[in-house]
Parts: sequence; structure tokens; C-alpha cells
Amino acid sequence: MVWNLDKSAESVKYRKERLDRGIKVRSDSIYSLTSYREALYLILPRALTVVGILVLPLVLDEYWTRVLVITCVIAVLALSWDFIASAGMFSLGQGLFFGIGGYSAGVLNHYLGMPPVVTIPIATGLGGLLSGILLLPVLRLRGVYFAMVTFVLPLIFRALIEATGAFQGLEGLSGLSPLPNLQVAVYVIIGGMFVCFFGFRRLMDSDYGLILKAMLDNDRAVMAGGINIYWYKAQALFLGAAAAAFAGAFMTHYYRFVGISAFALDNSVLPVAAAVVGGPGGFAGALLGAFILVPLCESLRNIGSWRIVFYSFSMVIFVVTVPEGIFHYIARKYHQYEKWVEME
Amino acid sequence: MMGMLVYGTVNSCILVLMAIGFSLTFGISGIANFAYGALYITGAYLAWHFLNSLGLFYPLSIAISVLITGLIGVVIYRGFLFRVRGIPLSEVIVTFGLGTGMLEAYRSIGLTGHGYKLPPFVDGSLELFGVYIDYQRLIIIGLGIVLLLLLWVFTHHTKLGLAFRGMAQEEETALAFGIEPESTAQASFGVGAGLAAVAGVAVLPLSLLNVEDGSNILILVLAVGIVGGLESTFGIITASFIFGFSQIIVSTYLSPLYSPVVTLVSIVLILTLKPSGLFGSSKELEERV
Repeated sequence: MVWNLDKSAESVKYRKERLDRGIKVRSDSIYSLTSYREALYLILPRALTVVGILVLPLVLDEYWTRVLVITCVIAVLALSWDFIASAGMFSLGQGLFFGIGGYSAGVLNHYLGMPPVVTIPIATGLGGLLSGILLLPVLRLRGVYFAMVTFVLPLIFRALIEATGAFQGLEGLSGLSPLPNLQVAVYVIIGGMFVCFFGFRRLMDSDYGLILKAMLDNDRAVMAGGINIYWYKAQALFLGAAAAAFAGAFMTHYYRFVGISAFALDNSVLPVAAAVVGGPGGFAGALLGAFILVPLCESLRNIGSWRIVFYSFSMVIFVVTVPEGIFHYIARKYHQYEKWVEME
Repeated sequence: MMGMLVYGTVNSCILVLMAIGFSLTFGISGIANFAYGALYITGAYLAWHFLNSLGLFYPLSIAISVLITGLIGVVIYRGFLFRVRGIPLSEVIVTFGLGTGMLEAYRSIGLTGHGYKLPPFVDGSLELFGVYIDYQRLIIIGLGIVLLLLLWVFTHHTKLGLAFRGMAQEEETALAFGIEPESTAQASFGVGAGLAAVAGVAVLPLSLLNVEDGSNILILVLAVGIVGGLESTFGIITASFIFGFSQIIVSTYLSPLYSPVVTLVSIVLILTLKPSGLFGSSKELEERV
């Protein structure tokens, strides 16, 4: 960034210089921490978040606990979006995965009478598998074309269920088995969210994740390296879709209902908005985005149906003005300091 | 049988009319305009408001609404897309977010219901090969043909049109010949938005104005684009006719509710068998696969 702060005769030019803080350098590259301060510098932000989220259900009243549940569901969807995106696949149809998971759980419970303990894990796997198989023919597509197809699919699924009347059509499956109580529900979804979050992070740091990242950067180069990118894309899609299907299955039992609203546009827009506002890549951004957007929207309760408008426009504004996202912005401020220096 | 033929043709022309603006913008600037459905609805709503709230002359209100929608397109490009140009995924987020936001805003304002209906251009119907067909549908066929001819003249004999084609073929070479990519892309986005409005005001008198149409149109347009190959006008026409007739056939023999299945199956089939689309070029193939 170059600014001409002083328009006077000499016209001195300034630029912004960013330097890593000393403590970041010390705690980064030296493999033994030498003070509590350095240890806290690393641990505090992470531990505070985890402990904070775990304690939240104990201090919140019932209404806000319910908001927390929705927030965590959106966070799982956003994490799944971020994971698929970091493997080079840009999805606009998280609603598809969510809906498939939701309907799997609903059908298993309604027709076969399985309890939630069984249906949620099965629906998670089944949702991932079905979504993976469904998208197998379009895995070859790149960029915008993949986005187009994933955008179309959930809406068509919705139309299909409407047309064929399968799974009780427009009415949906209702009266399904509930989760034991709200406390259990909230810790199930928080647990699921943390498994996704830390699992995906671990995975992206491994050699396996390296291949996924490389597919995002340059898939042709990965192909040239003799790696079958379609096989890896299918695997990544399975994992991402399974996470979203878990959220869907959870919601089915939480609401004791699943209907075509599971494929609605909300479930596709919200995760993308959360990930974009929080900052795509690295998963923490997606989490932060969901924890900012959903409660914010809930506190403006009376805006009612304007909520999607709010989500969509905040997504647009963020992608244009703060493309790195809130999380990466904060992380930069935490790790680096900035100052204006004179340019020669 | 004759009815199927006539209505299939009408349906196909409607699809051509809808898809042409989307494919124009995409072919030239490479921006997939996910706000297309919203612009389509915007055009029709503006026309309705000029007609009913301001009491303007109908053709005049149509002309103004098309113009304004085109300008909205230009504003979207200037205000948002300009800053993220060249990052395809950000472009998608911007157009998708704006499109969804606009449509949901219309829904929240309550722009839906029986009051919102545009009158047909000319009332009445006539008998054609033993099938009754109203004038509005005939006008749509005529409008489709006229628009295609105008577009051909525009892209082959005007300076801006030639710039459009240059950009579509090779952006950097076009730049070397003094065609400014930014303003050309902006113009193409504006023209695409205007064409969306033209389709909206021509097609929506056939039914009620409905926010749902916005996303349905987008699905159809994407399907036509994927099957036909987005750069090729001929591909768009062919794909529109395939969809137009298959939808009519499915609605006659099965149920109108099954027409989304046709869309889905044809998208999946074409992507598996011939990913460049029926008439797409190799350049496009590289972008896709």
C-alpha cells in the first residue's frame, strides 16, 4: 500500500511496513518456549475459544442456547464448505449435502424406527457417500462450472421431491424421535463442530492435505505429478459432504422434522457467507464467521425474512472490501505490527 | 401433436430469449452472472411500477425499465465486480450474493401476488394449424428472432460489437489492439442485464410476477448454457430447442412437475459425455475440465 500523505512540495511518500512481533518470531521458530508469556501467546487464543464455547451452554438461557445450536450447525456447514473449497472445489450447494443427510436420518427413523444414536452416524456416512456418488460425474469440472452445477442440484432435488411426492412430498416427515434434551443436543453439535474443525485442520497439515492444497493452486501440476486428482477430489468431497450431512441429520432430530426446506437456499447461502465474512482458508475464519453472523442476525430478530438479504449483502461487501476476512485481519494484527515508513 | 409442436417452439424461443443475455456476458467477460434471475425479475417489476404506479404509456415504461436494468448492471460492475475482476470465485460470490439478496428483498417487500401481472402487449389469440395461440406467444417468437438478428448485426458491424467479439476470443490480444477490457466487460455486463429485462417483460405477461421465477430462470439459463456451450449462440439456440421440446413432451406425457428432471438429467449427461457442451470451443473446454 502506498500513500501520499503529504501533498507539499517535496511530496514525501510513505508506505506501510509490517513486521512480525518479537514474541511471534520467538515462539514460532524456537522449538522450546522460554517463558509463560510465550506459552500464553500461543495457547491463550485457542484455549479461550474452545473453553468459551464449551462453557457457553451452561451460562446461556434457553433461547440463546437454541441460537447457539443453530450457530454451530451453520458453523459445521461453513467448515465443510471451507474444506471442499480448499481442495479446489467451489460449492454453492451446501444445502444438497445438508438435505441428503437430513432425509437419510429422517427416512431411517420414520420407516425403520431406528433411534437417533444410530441414524445420525449412518446418515453422516450415507450422506457423504450419496453426495460423492451424485457429484462424481461433475468432479471434472473446474471453478465456475462446478459452482453452477452445485447451485442447481439442491433446487432440483427440492423440485423432484415436490413432483414425485417421495418421502411424503411437501408435508415432509414429521414426528421423528427427538434428542434427549437441549443440553445433550447442544453438546452433540458442539462436539461435532470441534471434531470437524480440528479434524480438518489436522488433515490439511498432513501430506494428504498437501495434495488437496496443491489441487487448489494448480491441478494440472498435480496431475503431472502422477496423482489422480479426481480420486482425491472424490475423497475430499466425501469428507466435506459427510460433515454437512451430519449437520442435516442432527437438525432432523432436533426439529423432529425434515422437509423440502432442508434443500432451501438458506442452507447454501449461510455457510458461504459465514466462511467469506470470517475469512476462507484455515477453518478458524469459517467458525468465527458463523459465530458473528448468526447471533447478530438473531439479535435483530424483528428483521424476519430480511435475514437472507442481510447475509447475502454482508457476504458481497466483505468479499469486495475485506477479501481476507475478519479472522485473517485479526490474526495479522495479533502477529504483526505496522508502521508508516518513508519511501526513498 | 400439432399443439406440441407449436408450444414446443414457443417454449424454446422463450428459453433463447432468457439465455442470450447470460451467455453474452459470460462469453465476453467470463463473469457468470448469478444475479441474472434477479435482474430478469427487476426488469418486470420496474415495468409494472412504471405502468401502474406512475401510469406511463406501456411501451415507454418497458423501454425505461430495460434501460434502468441495464444501468443497474453497469452499477453492479462498477461498484463490485470491478474490484474482484479476474478472481472467478469472488465474482461468483458477488453476483450470487447480490442476486439472492435482491430476490429475497423483493420477497420481503411483498412483491408477489395476483396484483402483480403485466398485461400482454396485444390481447387476443388466433388459430394456427388448428391450435389456439395468443398473440403474446407469437410476439415472443418474433422478438427472439429479431433480437438474434440485431445481436448478429451488432456484433459484426458495430465498433462495440466487434470489441465484444475480440474480447471473447482473446482478451490480451484484444488489449493489444486498443480494446479496453474493463470498459468492454462493463458494457457487456450492462447489455446482458438489459437483455435479462427484455426477457422479463416479454415472458412474464404469460403468468403472474413471482419471486420464485428468479431462481427458476437462473437454473434454466445455466442448464441451457452448460448444454449448449456458453460462447456459442448456435449452441444456445440448439440447447433451448432441446429443452423447450423435451419439457413440453414430458409435461404432456408424464406431468409438468417432472420437467426439472429433464434439466438435471441433461446437465449430468452432457457433462459426462461432452464436457465442452454441444457446440463449445476448445478454449472453453480448458476452463471447464
